[in-house]
Amino acid sequence: MVVICALGAVNSNHRARRLFTELEAEQKRMRDLDVEWGQLQLEQSTWSGHARIEKVAREKLGMYTPLPGQIMLVERATDGLAANTPAMAE
Amino acid sequence: MQSIRFTRSPLLLQRLPSWRQRLLLWLFLTAFAALIVRSVYLQGFHNVFLGEQGRARYERVIDIFATRGRITDRHGDVLAVSTPVKSLWAIPEDVSLTPAQSRDFAKLIDIDLREMNHKLASERDFVYIKRQIPPDLAEQVAAHKYAGIHQQDEYRRYYPSGDVTAHMLGFTGSEDAGQEGIELAFNSQLAGKSGSRRVIKDRRGSIVEDVGSIHPPVEGKDIALALDGKIQYLAYHYLQQAIVENHAKAGGIVVVDTHTGEILALANLPTYNPNNRQHLVGAQLRNRAVTDSFEPGSTMKPFTVALALQEGKVRPETTIQTAPGKMTIGTATISDAHVHGLLSVAQVIQKSSNIGAAKIAAQMSASDMWAMFDSLGFGSSTKLGFPGEVGGRLRPAKTWKPIEQATMSYGHGISVTLMQIARAYQVFARDGDIVPLSLLRLDAPPANGVSVFSPKTAHEVRAMLELAVQNGGTAPQAQIPGYRVAGKTGTAHKVEGGVYANKYVSSFVGFAPASAPRLIVAVMIDEPSGAKHFGGDVAAPVFASVMAGALRSLGVAPDAPLVPLQIDNAEVVKEGI
Repeated sequence: MVVICALGAVNSNHRARRLFTELEAEQKRMRDLDVEWGQLQLEQSTWSGHARIEKVAREKLGMYTPLPGQIMLVERATDGLAANTPAMAE
Repeated sequence: MQSIRFTRSPLLLQRLPSWRQRLLLWLFLTAFAALIVRSVYLQGFHNVFLGEQGRARYERVIDIFATRGRITDRHGDVLAVSTPVKSLWAIPEDVSLTPAQSRDFAKLIDIDLREMNHKLASERDFVYIKRQIPPDLAEQVAAHKYAGIHQQDEYRRYYPSGDVTAHMLGFTGSEDAGQEGIELAFNSQLAGKSGSRRVIKDRRGSIVEDVGSIHPPVEGKDIALALDGKIQYLAYHYLQQAIVENHAKAGGIVVVDTHTGEILALANLPTYNPNNRQHLVGAQLRNRAVTDSFEPGSTMKPFTVALALQEGKVRPETTIQTAPGKMTIGTATISDAHVHGLLSVAQVIQKSSNIGAAKIAAQMSASDMWAMFDSLGFGSSTKLGFPGEVGGRLRPAKTWKPIEQATMSYGHGISVTLMQIARAYQVFARDGDIVPLSLLRLDAPPANGVSVFSPKTAHEVRAMLELAVQNGGTAPQAQIPGYRVAGKTGTAHKVEGGVYANKYVSSFVGFAPASAPRLIVAVMIDEPSGAKHFGGDVAAPVFASVMAGALRSLGVAPDAPLVPLQIDNAEVVKEGI
C-alpha cells in the first residue's frame, strides 16, 4: 500500500513538472511575441514615416496638394451640417 | 589429506572467551549510536547550512526584466519603443583569442581591432566590448563560442521618427533612465521595475518549479501623447525650410489645440537624432520653446489692447494719434518704423504701432497690467514637466518705471517662452479664458478654464487680429486659402550684454479658423540673417503652411471661400520694432 502511494506521488510530481515546463515555454513564447510586436511596430512606423510618405507621394506618384481652385466642398445633406472633409481633387 | 567437515572441526570445539563476543557487540552498538548522533546533528542542527548548499546546486534566482513603456502619439503610432539587445562583455584575464579569431571577431561586431585589443589588455576586471548590439548579431557571436566573451541582456530605446520628435521625447541613457524631454518628465511612469523569481532548474537548464515567492516585475506604463504625428511632421518640416531659407540660427514652433489645451506639435531647431547621439552639442539639445525666453515684441500688443477694452478705457474704433512716430517718455524715446498718423485701436494692432500701444498702456495702472500678464501665465513656468523649463521674466509692478510700462505694452522689457505665448493666445482663440496645456492626450476637454477677459473683449481683439493678416496688415503671408486667420507678428531686437543688438527674433502667433478657432500655432525664428527679418516675412509663411496642413489633416471645415490668395506685397506694413 505504502509503495503504491509513493509511486503515485512520484508520478503526479513528474506530471506537474512537465506541465510547468510547458507553461514556461508558452510564457517565453508570449514574451518573444511581445518583443517581436515591438519590433514590428518600430518597422511599421519607420515605413510609414511622414517624411517617407511625402517623398514617395511627390516623387514617385507625382501627387501634389490640390490648389484652392481644385477643391470642391460637399455639403452633408442628411443632417444639414457642412461635411467635415473637403472632397479632394486627388 | 584427511578431509574434515566444517562442523566437526576441532577448532570449533575450542571454547572462546566470552568477552570477545561482548566487545564486538558493544563496538557495533557504539558505531550505530555514532551514526544516529551524526544524522540527528546533520538533520536537526546543521540543516541550515546544508540546506543552503543543496539549494545553491539546483535553485536559481532569475531576474525578470520589466520593459520601459512605449510612447505613442495621439493616434497610437509608436514614437519610442524599447527592444532587447545584447551587450558583449569580458573579464580581460579570461579571454584567450588567437590573432585570427580576434580579427574575425572585431570585424563581425564592427569595431576597431586595436581598440578591442586595447580594452582586452587593460587591467580592469570587467570591460564592455560593445554595448547594445542587435539580437541576430549577438547570436552569430554566440555561435563562434569565443572564449571569455559573455553576453548580457539589455534594452535599447528606438525613436522611429528620429529628429522630428527629438525635443518632445528626449531620450534615455544606457541604463534606460530618461534624460531629456518626455522620457525624463514621465520617467516614473514609463520606467518599469524589474522583478525576480526563485526556481529549480534541471540538468538541462530548464525551469521545473517555482519555489518561494515571486516578485513580479512592474511593467512600464505606455504613454499616449497629445502629439499628432502628422502635424508634428508638418511643423518640423516647414520650420526647417524657413530656417534654411532665412539663414537663421535657430527656431521653434508650437501647435496647440484650442478646445483642449493639448500640445499637438512641438519642434525646435537645431535638433539631433536621438537614435545616434554621438557628437551632440548643447545647442542641439535645447528645447527652445520651453527653455529659452526672449523678448516677444509686438505679439504682446493684443494683450495690452484687450486689457484697455476690458477696462473700458478704449473702444475698437477709438482713435489715437501716433504721429510724428516718435514719443519721449522720461529720457527715453520710442518710435514706430513708419509714421502712421491717426489710427483707430483696431489699426494699432493691424499696423502694429508701438506708439499706439504705449499710449493705450499709459491709460492703465501698472498693477492692473501686471495682474493681467500674471493671469496670462507670463513670469511663471508652463509646468509641463520638461527639464529646464523657465517662466520668463516679469518684474513686479511696483518696480515699473513709466517707460517700462510703455515698452512692455509692445513686448519689450518682458521675456517669455514660445510655449507661454501659445498658452496666452488661448484667451483670444477661446472666449477669453485659458486652460492648462497638456502634453498627454486628454479623453475629455478640461472643464472651464481660468477666465482672463470677457468673451466680448476676446471677440473684439480676434477681429483686430484678423485685420493684421489681411492686406494692409503686417502679415498677409499668414493667410490661408479657405480659412479665416487671425494672428500677430513680432519682431524684436535681441538683447546682448544688456543692450539691443542688431539681431532679431521674429515670431508669429495666430489661430484659425477665426470663426471658430481650432488651432493655435506659434512660430519663433531666431536671428534670421537673410534679406528679410520681419516676423511677417519670416515666421508668418511657416505659420500659414503648418496651419493649412494641420487644418486639412484634422478635417476642419473651411470658413472662407476657397479662392487663390492675392497678397499685395506692395501694401505690406512693416511693424515697429
